[in-house]
Amino acid sequence: MAISDVQEYMHLTDEEIEQLGRELDAIRKEVEDSRGPEDAAYINRLIRIQRYLAVAGRLSLLLGTHSKRTRVPAAVTGATLLGLHKILENMEIGHNVMHGQWDWMNDPEIHSSNWEWDTAQPAEQWKHSHNYVHHQFTNVLGYDNDIGYGILRMAREQRWSPVNLGQPVYNAALATLFQWGVALHDLDIERIRKGEKDPKEMKRQLKQIFRKGRNQILKDYVVYPALAGPQWRTTMAANVAANLTRNLWSYVIIFCGHFPDGAMHFTEEEIEDETRAEWYLRQILGAANFEGGPLLHIMSGNLGYQIEHHLFPDLPSNRYGEISVKVKALCEKYDIPYTIGPLHRQYGQALRTIVKLSVPNSWTSSDQPEPPTPPRSRRRRSDSERPDRIRQLGAWSRGTSQERKAS
Amino acid sequence: MANTIPWERVRRAGSKLTTPLLPDDYLRLVNPLWTTRELRGRIEKVVPETEDAATLVIRPGWGWRHDHRAGQYVGIGVQVDGKFVWRSYSVSSPPKRSGRHIAITVRAMPEGFVSDHLVNGLSPGTIVRLASPEGDFVLPEPPPAKMLFLVGGSGVTPVMAMLRTLDRRGTVPDVVLHYSSPTEDRMIFREEIERLEQAHESLTVHKQFTETDGMLELSDLDRLCPDWRERETYACGPAPMLDAITEHFEQAGLEERLHLERFSLELGGDGGEGGTITFQNSGKQVELDGATTILEAGEEAGVGMPYGCRMGICHTCTVTLVKGKVRDLRNGDEFDQANEQVQTCVTTAVGDCTLDI
Repeated sequence: MAISDVQEYMHLTDEEIEQLGRELDAIRKEVEDSRGPEDAAYINRLIRIQRYLAVAGRLSLLLGTHSKRTRVPAAVTGATLLGLHKILENMEIGHNVMHGQWDWMNDPEIHSSNWEWDTAQPAEQWKHSHNYVHHQFTNVLGYDNDIGYGILRMAREQRWSPVNLGQPVYNAALATLFQWGVALHDLDIERIRKGEKDPKEMKRQLKQIFRKGRNQILKDYVVYPALAGPQWRTTMAANVAANLTRNLWSYVIIFCGHFPDGAMHFTEEEIEDETRAEWYLRQILGAANFEGGPLLHIMSGNLGYQIEHHLFPDLPSNRYGEISVKVKALCEKYDIPYTIGPLHRQYGQALRTIVKLSVPNSWTSSDQPEPPTPPRSRRRRSDSERPDRIRQLGAWSRGTSQERKAS
Repeated sequence: MANTIPWERVRRAGSKLTTPLLPDDYLRLVNPLWTTRELRGRIEKVVPETEDAATLVIRPGWGWRHDHRAGQYVGIGVQVDGKFVWRSYSVSSPPKRSGRHIAITVRAMPEGFVSDHLVNGLSPGTIVRLASPEGDFVLPEPPPAKMLFLVGGSGVTPVMAMLRTLDRRGTVPDVVLHYSSPTEDRMIFREEIERLEQAHESLTVHKQFTETDGMLELSDLDRLCPDWRERETYACGPAPMLDAITEHFEQAGLEERLHLERFSLELGGDGGEGGTITFQNSGKQVELDGATTILEAGEEAGVGMPYGCRMGICHTCTVTLVKGKVRDLRNGDEFDQANEQVQTCVTTAVGDCTLDI
């Protein structure tokens, strides 16, 4: 069974699917050929703005909090600027640079091979868990660890267990501590628990996380408060607020990518012998967009164009808007669903699924258009059980082979 | 003052405030040269030398050591259409520890879009990337008592750095310079060389304008410079010229005396085991000895390999490794994951490899 057997695609012949694949390839080629100085200027400008935001935020907290009159406004301004800086850095800059969207510039300072982002998760682990595991196996049960992140039951095919009753609580905790949830994501705690994880690899990853997390905590909760002297409490509170804002925002945006109704799940049989065109199809079917203006799209790392991002993860994010017009037209032409809605509705649907799936399937009705499939175990695959990565997902490295052996 | 302040420690302490970035990433917002993350330089002046050649005077930023040796080359990366492209050029200015500038002289090659951009497209104030001085085509210390320079076209630039160094010290040994150029107008540094010749008795210059006089025949060397066998010879110019000179010196059994400019990277790490490299899209295969880079092997096999700086900086040469294992010749790091991106200019094969190109 292949993806083309999924109900939505029963009307497409193999030849039509291949044709769709060729048309998407053509879109990729067009964008690749037209990347130029304006795109380079875009990312450089954004990085500059983000760094100015960071400086302005830190300064406002350092200098503005000493006088009683300016304390509150300075703290609010500082927290806001810092929150914006972290959101921009994580979403539109870090995430996209690490996908290799800007590697074409040959700029070693803006390159997927060495970018380190302003969050607790080490870049290398992100590039593995996200660029490879999530983007290649998007929404494939057992292969894509982003279906519920090992914490939430997000697909009806996943077997229910009484632990799931706590989902609304886990969800709130995940949203609040999102950067730490992400930091632990590539460790794959579920496989550690079952003793399936290579202990050497685990140790290496834990060391990386510890080092990165320690630096992040020191910066926001020790060094800057200490510099603020007697006003350390204000600075600390503002830094907590900035991190919290970033956590909540990125959580909402990310949950709108694959959890709204309409984003389908797939089974491992469906990705057997998958062609490139079928991989494209699965990306369209498995992702959901949200609507918004240019500012919303930039602040969400252009992930409102989740479908386009999944089709072309390594094309510059500032182009997703124009790509979406073409992709939408293709979806109409081939009569394929293109899931999109306003941000609040997409998130509302994700939240509803979280609540509904905390109880057994028989208690609730499905909001998904997909045909019911038999329940699946939630066992996760290791890399050795996954097919090798495909290209176009952004470059990443799991460290050198010696590092992996030595640790 | 630079020695009294432990800058490295200041920087490390500062990075606690800027992690995961470095203080440099913020300082460069104030002045683009205030960063040591990548070597940078600002174009201060573009001095036309001939119709198609210009000297770029560059002010290097933080981290530049001003310790290049006369004759070495540097990498320069410029942004063309949003993309950094890299080339290497000899430094033509003499090394000066207290110096604040370096100069490179570039000739716009026909269809060489980077060199053309450097000669005609750069305005003062442009920020460029730099790579540290490299190369062993350098003036020995102390300089040999008798020297012969065989120069063709823009190959004069490293030699100029040597001549200027000797001139500045005021101790020019017995030097013969044979300089070929298509015409008088296209001869880079002609006037300066004429001035040097007048100033120093021990400097003899032969000029040859190849459009009218023809190419240098090496059999003429006995006439032009009868004692060439006794001289340390430095040759820089077009590849066919260098090939002919090498052959001539080998026949005379004097290859020890001959020094050529080679634009190649010195690789410190251990070699790989070598193996068969398969270029899957072009269907070519080549045996690699484990010391040669994949880039060189690909070029040898006639595969259209992308390349840039050829020293592992610019990532232009990155290609996907489909399977197999490669070793980074700079530090011995090995990469062996399927569909991993590898920099071909600094890696060699450890066993059989397949590359997606």
